[in-house]
Amino acid sequence: MKMLTFRKVLTVSLILTFVLLLVTLASVMVGSVRVRPGRSLSILIHSVFGLGGEETEMERTIILSLRFPRAMLAGLVGAGLSVSGAILQALLRNPLADPYILGVSSGAAIGAIVAIMVGLGALSFGLPIASFLGALMTVLVVFYFGRQDGKIHPNTLLLAGVIIGSFLSALIMFFLSISQKEELHTIIFWLMGDFSFSNTRAILIILPYILLGVFLLYCQSRKLNLILSGEESALQLGVNVGRLRLISYLLASLITAASVSVCGLIGFVGLIIPHSVRLVFGPDHRLLIPACALVGASFLIASDTFARTILSPVELPVGVITAAFGGPFFVYLLRTRKVIKTL
Amino acid sequence: MIELRSIYFRYHKDWVLWDLSFQIERGEFVGVIGPNGSGKSTLLKILSSLLNPQKGEIFYEGLPLRRMNRSDIAKKIAVVPQETHLLFPFRALEIVLMGRSPHLGNLLFERRSDLEIARKAMEWTETLRFSERPMDELSGGERKRVFIARALAQEPEVILLDEPTSNLDIHHQLDFLELILNLNRERGLTIVMASHDINIASEFCERLILLEQGRIYRMGSPKEVVIRENIERVYGCETWVDQHPVSKMPRISLLRKGVR
Repeated sequence: MKMLTFRKVLTVSLILTFVLLLVTLASVMVGSVRVRPGRSLSILIHSVFGLGGEETEMERTIILSLRFPRAMLAGLVGAGLSVSGAILQALLRNPLADPYILGVSSGAAIGAIVAIMVGLGALSFGLPIASFLGALMTVLVVFYFGRQDGKIHPNTLLLAGVIIGSFLSALIMFFLSISQKEELHTIIFWLMGDFSFSNTRAILIILPYILLGVFLLYCQSRKLNLILSGEESALQLGVNVGRLRLISYLLASLITAASVSVCGLIGFVGLIIPHSVRLVFGPDHRLLIPACALVGASFLIASDTFARTILSPVELPVGVITAAFGGPFFVYLLRTRKVIKTL
Repeated sequence: MIELRSIYFRYHKDWVLWDLSFQIERGEFVGVIGPNGSGKSTLLKILSSLLNPQKGEIFYEGLPLRRMNRSDIAKKIAVVPQETHLLFPFRALEIVLMGRSPHLGNLLFERRSDLEIARKAMEWTETLRFSERPMDELSGGERKRVFIARALAQEPEVILLDEPTSNLDIHHQLDFLELILNLNRERGLTIVMASHDINIASEFCERLILLEQGRIYRMGSPKEVVIRENIERVYGCETWVDQHPVSKMPRISLLRKGVR
């Protein structure tokens, strides 16, 4: 009889962390200027200990101020979106749920577009703050309309999210049709997800939300399993379902809002990573949450690396890559599901 | 052990349960029968504190149920659900381990002792041999047994069953009810079972509660409750009541209109 233990979660997490480190290293190496693996590693290690090595100043700048922050940001966002997607699928009891299903994406987009159109986009903080506020306001409105007799019902909430989302999409279309040509390019890149604005400050803004959010969700992970087996069942097993739902919805929304605010709408990650990880590691949230965070981070770093190198010097929006690679990979996982289970 | 004192409950406008009072003694096997909409499921939900009555009070060993917190209730009262739809397929053992939840508090992982309790529960319900299989690969009867094992893992004093034998064939119905009867007789668990099948209730329960539109119509031993007048009055159809040829318990047969 095999039971999930902390030891197993730790082992899987360590292996996936190792993969994440490899992906990160690969990501900082490649680009218009190639830096050899050993050199990249030594730059990263030296910078941690505050030492100087034999590398050139240009290599240091490229890696430490451009590629590494960008990889870190992509990693954080990938982790955040994947965990948020996994949680929303469980809470809404809907395998099609993704982090954007409650309207967070459209809200963030409205915030960002307004910021771009009034010229706030030029300020380093304007865009993320505006889209974060837009996302949070939408979440609150969706929760307000999604309640029924003071309680949250998954289907009502889902409907409220979808309807408010499509209303906001109409607004987005309206703004797009009246915007200037140069704004249009920025907006469209934002809508497709883009890491080219990334800087160290953006990392510092979203780091607390994502780390704390994922940690707090993890504290509820065993009880989230019970919700998967049915709301009444969970209540009868002693879980305060109402409170657990509310806290988890809010945390997942906060994580999504923070992620979206720095890089726009990156689709697909929050849908396919949770499902892929579930197919391999099973539905238990105690393993699913850390595995999703680490796999999601690796996946988005890899996707972003492709996005900026594949047609270099032209940079593609990362959302194009996540969909183009994620889709077929997901289909492959679905088709070979039985094989994976017996491994 | 459990006492209901004049319970009233409604979902919306109309009362679903009306002035319900009765007691359940420790170690009893009680059946709740009655037509669709008579309040059987609602009564079970109230007993497990899933719903709170608008009027009246339920006492568990003298303590009002509404003052107890959820995990304390879950340590005393376990529920075997009708049919659960699992969104993602957990393995049978994982489902049984969920029964340990009320004993774990904020712990994230089950302890070795919890695994042992789950193993014993699965041994008792003969589910051990498919403990590693995902739930969606099991048959209806096997799934039912897994949920009994989960209820046992809660180490409760009372088990509530809502229509436990619906959608099982007669072989599995019998297996399942023998298992419940064993739990009742050998482990002293108190059982409350809502059932559509009057013959099964009459055969296995010590005491029956016949509900009619949310009120108790008759309560007593099967021989006192399963009588033609009671059944015809409450269910509103023609029946024939005689004795089971072997067990001598009351048995009903359906009659087509005008056959009598």
